[in-house]
Amino acid sequence: MRVIAIAGASLAGLSTARALREAGFDGRVVVVGDEPHRPYDRPPLSKEFLAGTMSAAELALESDDEALDVDWRLGARAVALDPALRTIVLDSGERIVCDGVVLATGARARRLPGSPLAGVHTLRTLDDAIALRAELVAGARLVVIGAGFIGAEVASTARGLGLAVTVVEQQAVPLAGPLGAELGGVCAALHGEHGVELITGVGVAGLTGADRVRSVHLTDGRELAADVVVVGVGAVPNTEWLAGSGLDAERGVRTDARCATGIPSVVAVGDCAVSHNPFAGAEIRLEHWTNALEQPATAAATLLGQEQLPSPRAPYFWSDQYGARLQFAGHRRDGDRMEVVDGDPAARRFSAVFRRGDRPVAVFAMNQPKVFGRWRRELRAAAPEPV
Amino acid sequence: MIPVCALQDLPVGEAVRIEAEVPIAVFNVDGTLYAIDDTCTHQDASLADGWLDGCAVECPLHAACFDLRTGMPSGPPAKKPVRTHEVVVVDGQIYVNVNAPQRMGV
Repeated sequence: MRVIAIAGASLAGLSTARALREAGFDGRVVVVGDEPHRPYDRPPLSKEFLAGTMSAAELALESDDEALDVDWRLGARAVALDPALRTIVLDSGERIVCDGVVLATGARARRLPGSPLAGVHTLRTLDDAIALRAELVAGARLVVIGAGFIGAEVASTARGLGLAVTVVEQQAVPLAGPLGAELGGVCAALHGEHGVELITGVGVAGLTGADRVRSVHLTDGRELAADVVVVGVGAVPNTEWLAGSGLDAERGVRTDARCATGIPSVVAVGDCAVSHNPFAGAEIRLEHWTNALEQPATAAATLLGQEQLPSPRAPYFWSDQYGARLQFAGHRRDGDRMEVVDGDPAARRFSAVFRRGDRPVAVFAMNQPKVFGRWRRELRAAAPEPV
Repeated sequence: MIPVCALQDLPVGEAVRIEAEVPIAVFNVDGTLYAIDDTCTHQDASLADGWLDGCAVECPLHAACFDLRTGMPSGPPAKKPVRTHEVVVVDGQIYVNVNAPQRMGV
């Protein structure tokens, strides 16, 4: 290995570059990123940065004294991978010939069908956040489509900025997928408690407006006046560019637990990877910050042919909404038994453990980081890793 | 000198957070006391709620690790160290000297 190319310059791409250097790789590392920015942290985009309490400079993921010796190709998009020639083709026409490839192209926000209207936003990138922040003025009416984590965080931040906020969620209970209906209900209650209207079990029929959005039409016939709309309905992995590469990449790049794809010396990490996860006992695509931070150590070891892999930790994510800190670790399935092990959901300070049989498989906490941390370490992988 | 608590109220493996001008966390690592700034330098979280592993504390939010002796982060996501503070025990009471230069535990 003399040259390793990393497609994707966000947390997973940067973390892989760091992991390669950490593991002693001293060859050339080329990092391709379609955004013009050096790697930055995305979680604050819906919280501190959107609220105006954090600057773009503070989002930088690299430290000032970091000497990664990386050849950055920013503002350039990878458009094709030719594994036979070990070449990544960029939209500029440049071809990067390399010995190893890291796929870290992440995911993009899913959009509503139809032509885009002014005032309608998704939130994924720094530029998205800058554009949205400019429109979140006190007194304006914001409609958030989707009560997932991004939608809930944007609603919370916008409420804090003095907007009138309505959240529309197609499912009967927000966050029921990751958290289960009971905890989803507890989290969803935060909206109403902070003066945000939550409409559940109703879909969006369409948006109205001449050149700028004016209202959101719901499938039950209601019409919500809107000055600003944020669409938070999930993300799509950026893997279309891999069509024809021979990789299994339809719903994300499939990898084993070592981040290895079906092609030697090609690994995938972060939001674009569908990897075997020992805690889930299945191949899953994790869109969590911590996965993008930790998984690259495994990918780097695999790429460099090292036998010793870091032991994986339970999947983890957090969310800050309305002053509440939500934390979740592990992998929950329908049918797992939930038990509140500390505190009281009514007091909005509690921890709950999910068990499968008598084994703790997931833990959730609201405003109880210390209790959460103890339980998080009790979680064990669901099944032995396939060899 | 800021009073923290009685020595017997901070058992081995535990931490206590005190409200000073900047919140301070005091840890008992196998009988040795360490004090650092309580707020993680990465993002807003209390290190007193973190996980103690030897002389390191892991932030409960994003797992940034800080050496309690030096305040130095072991790596990403934290980029900046936390300040360390002198701990003094007088008559069974723990005090923190917030203005002291960095030093090892007592």
